[in-house]
Amino acid sequence: MKTLQKINEFKNQLDFFDDVMDKYEYIIDLGKKLPKIDPLYKTDTYLLRGCQSKVWLHLYEKEGVLFVEASSDAFIVKGLIYMLVEIYSNTDPKEVVQTQVKELEKLGFVEILSQGRQNGLHAMVDKIYAFAKDLQDAK
Amino acid sequence: MQTYNYKDDFEFFKNTNIVYLDSAATSQKPKIVLDVMQLYYTSYCSNIHRSSHETGDKATRMYEDSRQYIAKYIGADSKEIVFSRGTTEAINLVAQSYVKERFDTVILTQLEHHSNIVPWQLQGLEIKTIEMDKDLNIDLDAFKELLKKNPNAFVSITHVSNSFGIINPVKQLINIAHSFGAKVLVDGAQAIAHLKVDVKDLDADFYAFSAHKAYGPTGIGALYGKYEELLKMKPYQGGGSMIEDVSFERSMYLDPPLRFEAGTQAISEVIGFAQALKYLSHLKGVEDKDKELMAFAKEHLATIPRIIFYTQATNLLANLSFNIQGIHHSDIGTLLSKQNIMLRTGHHCAMPIMKKLNIEGTVRISFAIYNTKEDILRCIKALKKAVEVLS
Repeated sequence: MKTLQKINEFKNQLDFFDDVMDKYEYIIDLGKKLPKIDPLYKTDTYLLRGCQSKVWLHLYEKEGVLFVEASSDAFIVKGLIYMLVEIYSNTDPKEVVQTQVKELEKLGFVEILSQGRQNGLHAMVDKIYAFAKDLQDAK
Repeated sequence: MQTYNYKDDFEFFKNTNIVYLDSAATSQKPKIVLDVMQLYYTSYCSNIHRSSHETGDKATRMYEDSRQYIAKYIGADSKEIVFSRGTTEAINLVAQSYVKERFDTVILTQLEHHSNIVPWQLQGLEIKTIEMDKDLNIDLDAFKELLKKNPNAFVSITHVSNSFGIINPVKQLINIAHSFGAKVLVDGAQAIAHLKVDVKDLDADFYAFSAHKAYGPTGIGALYGKYEELLKMKPYQGGGSMIEDVSFERSMYLDPPLRFEAGTQAISEVIGFAQALKYLSHLKGVEDKDKELMAFAKEHLATIPRIIFYTQATNLLANLSFNIQGIHHSDIGTLLSKQNIMLRTGHHCAMPIMKKLNIEGTVRISFAIYNTKEDILRCIKALKKAVEVLS
């Protein structure tokens, strides 16, 4: 499965770093590679508000495939979004649903799965799964 | 001369290598506070105000002695201290049981924490705020003008700003409010661990504070109210221990403060609360140490390029907010946390002042008795590293 494969690829990359600051530098660099979100979707309608940082999320479907477009006002969150986009975007919704959320724990970022409402990433993951399920149910 | 290392009083610092600069969110708890709480559970755990057996008596006595100590600590009488879950619940109590029926407007400063905004909105009260100067100091003339224009207003002001550390001139503000016939509540959440508070000297009608920001446990706080005002207040919640007589037709309530303490209370927390204030009372030169650390932190932070402070005021206490231009506060917070520096970033539950300053949030350093210049230097070093990675 592409999603699982991507998660494992990122895990292997991240395992390479002994120094935690180097790991975050890598994440920040990933964030710089994140494709710019269409300004059309950088509005309150697409905003997931965290009390630390903002995430704008646009989910859409094209010919049965799920696409994720997102951005943030914080560099580290952008880097984490980059990984989530790589993992979940351009994917068969069925595959997303079949990938357990807890697989993301392998990446080792509390920021992604933290129950807090700090950064909007948890909400982003929830929305991706809900959207994938809706698409699959509609089939 | 060897100075006393306050970190030795706290197990937290024995178990971690953390620089803790988030005491405005909650302070660490000294061992002696944890010990008295444990002692309640391990040697005289019983309910209070009900069971007349020996341990029940002891628990009641410890609880009421704690009330007395806490009252004395702020210059009040013990019957003027109502226990609550914290500052937030204390303000909600006043909003619901006192202000709602008597006033139509509440005057606030623009620095307020959400806990001194939302409780008034919940009761349908209109909010007016006092203008400030560029350093976030209250404009006293604007305050007088508001009081003149709103004769039926209640005033609720923070003693110390949780985000920016500004100490408001509460004694003066209370005096002005009283000259217009207005009643005043002071939110003392950020003040109690740092300033000597004397409610009678301030002449506050109400003063709300929490234990957990002052070396005590979470889940407990107190509302001080002038007794004549507490007597006017309706019960907040109904239940055991707040009644004199109950039938299915009607109930008679106890006098304050017990009228406002329905159900089994947080007994060990109350005992821990008093112990925390006892600990505080033994600390020497808290205010001087706060000022020294604040000056030291500002001086060293100022050497970081592109740093932005939001006030040049000198009446600052223990909380310092800043940003680095071009870098998101949450990125700084994450990278500091990875370097064992714990501080808070974000809007600090004070969104209106952030909106006024046109920012999403700040990085906030806050101090307590255990912080040292070395902590600040470790923080600055980590901050420089974070800025380097993020630039």
